[in-house]
Amino acid sequence: MLHEWFYLVIFLSIAFLLPAAAILIAGLLSPRKTGKIKTSTYECGIETVGSSKIQFKAQYYLFGLIFLIFDVETVLLFPFAVAYQKILLFGVIEAVLFVLILAAGLAYAWRKGALDWH
Amino acid sequence: MSFVADPVTFIIDWLQRVLGGWGLSSGWVQFILFALGAILLTVGPMLLTVGLIWVERKLGGRFQDRLGPNRVGPWGVFQTIADMLKIFTKEYITPIGADKVLYNLAPILAVGAVLGVWAVIPLSSTIFGTNINVGVLYIMAVGAIGELGVILAGLGSNNKYALLGGFRAVAQLISYEVPMVLALLVPVMLSGSMGLNDIAGAQKVAYVFLVPAAALVFFIAAIAENGRAPFDLMEADSEIVAGFNIEYSGLKFGMFYVADFLHAFTSALVFSTIFLGGWQGPGAEQYPILGFIYLMIKTVIVYVFLLGVRFTLPRFRIDQMMAVNWKLLTPLAMAAILVTAIVDKLTPGGFGLVRIVALLVSNVGLLLITNWLVGAYVRAHRARRQVVSGPRTVVVAPPKPVSEAQEVNA
Repeated sequence: MLHEWFYLVIFLSIAFLLPAAAILIAGLLSPRKTGKIKTSTYECGIETVGSSKIQFKAQYYLFGLIFLIFDVETVLLFPFAVAYQKILLFGVIEAVLFVLILAAGLAYAWRKGALDWH
Repeated sequence: MSFVADPVTFIIDWLQRVLGGWGLSSGWVQFILFALGAILLTVGPMLLTVGLIWVERKLGGRFQDRLGPNRVGPWGVFQTIADMLKIFTKEYITPIGADKVLYNLAPILAVGAVLGVWAVIPLSSTIFGTNINVGVLYIMAVGAIGELGVILAGLGSNNKYALLGGFRAVAQLISYEVPMVLALLVPVMLSGSMGLNDIAGAQKVAYVFLVPAAALVFFIAAIAENGRAPFDLMEADSEIVAGFNIEYSGLKFGMFYVADFLHAFTSALVFSTIFLGGWQGPGAEQYPILGFIYLMIKTVIVYVFLLGVRFTLPRFRIDQMMAVNWKLLTPLAMAAILVTAIVDKLTPGGFGLVRIVALLVSNVGLLLITNWLVGAYVRAHRARRQVVSGPRTVVVAPPKPVSEAQEVNA
């Protein structure tokens, strides 16, 4: 059990080191000639006005919030899914109720207009 | 086990004997084998990408009635290698005011996350990195790191276009995780395990025939997670130039490119593992090498289908994209879970004909009802938008009066 996770640690460190090494090697091979105009922000030739940290639509935040709720509740369903073959009909009905409560939350957000993009 | 039937186990046994013969302790032997396996499973996909890029460009050309790459080598097969040589010697241009850490971290995260998925995918009954008991959750977690890469690229580039691309990535990639996870619950329910090798091994009949509704939701969500057409809003060239990767050059851009192409193939691989039976096929138990071939055939079929979707459909608007996710896929995935849970519990277990037919009929029924509901929704919206009613009257121009000049001539 533990050595499976040890394998993942080795695997992920190699998976992230590989692109990092490639970028590093390419950096050694490539020329380096910077200039003020070359490194300026690219906006199709127009000079940049103001900071690039602009305000964003509140809708993005709203969807982030909805996602958070649904993702957490979905993860709570995974133990049920793994045990599904062993539980009786009673347990299934309980899970159905849980999913229905989840669906009610979605319906509420839908009715409130939180799912419409304005 | 002979070498032909199962080369990987054969080589592992041989290496264990050789390394053990050198007097290494079993812990070190294990470590060396792990490291070798991990290097093979990460370098392999990276090299595979070279071929994938050519296949995708060539097939894309054919789909769109173009030739595709055809200059470098026969049928342009060396095009990617030429591109690679060029991109390796290109200069890195870091824009003024970029957040150096986030800017440089983003391409590494994007590629590393896609490669990380390969650790748990069973390429055959004996050929896999590791079979952890939470494989499905691991895939979702590692996939989320890739999304983080896109978001960090948008945030760290100090560019408004990149930031807009990052916003869209937040809206799209994060939202489509919900139906994806919900759809993944169904195969976990049917197989009773989250390990991918167990899920693949449990499919005496491929799950796409048992639960087509969940498979469809997963497929659409996987396309959206790739961030390519018709869901390529975050790098929509005609709207925000190149989106999140606008300020990247050289191999840093190349890494996003690699991640994009490899992600598409990896999605096809995950789909065929979870819904198409993975390495299952006639004789795959005795000859694991056959299982690998079956898996690759299934994956290539799914991959070509994915390319067909990519190269033929136009881009969604952002409101349509969000509506498809939250108003269609998420409720459909929930309904698929409910229907599957109830029908499967009421029918006898195993792969009897009754259970298969009951699951298939209930799922197809669910899809038909959904189709009808969507049609009704669209019709209602169209009816509201129509203002002018009645057939348009055709105005016929009155006959021209005979001009004076003609009269004179007559």
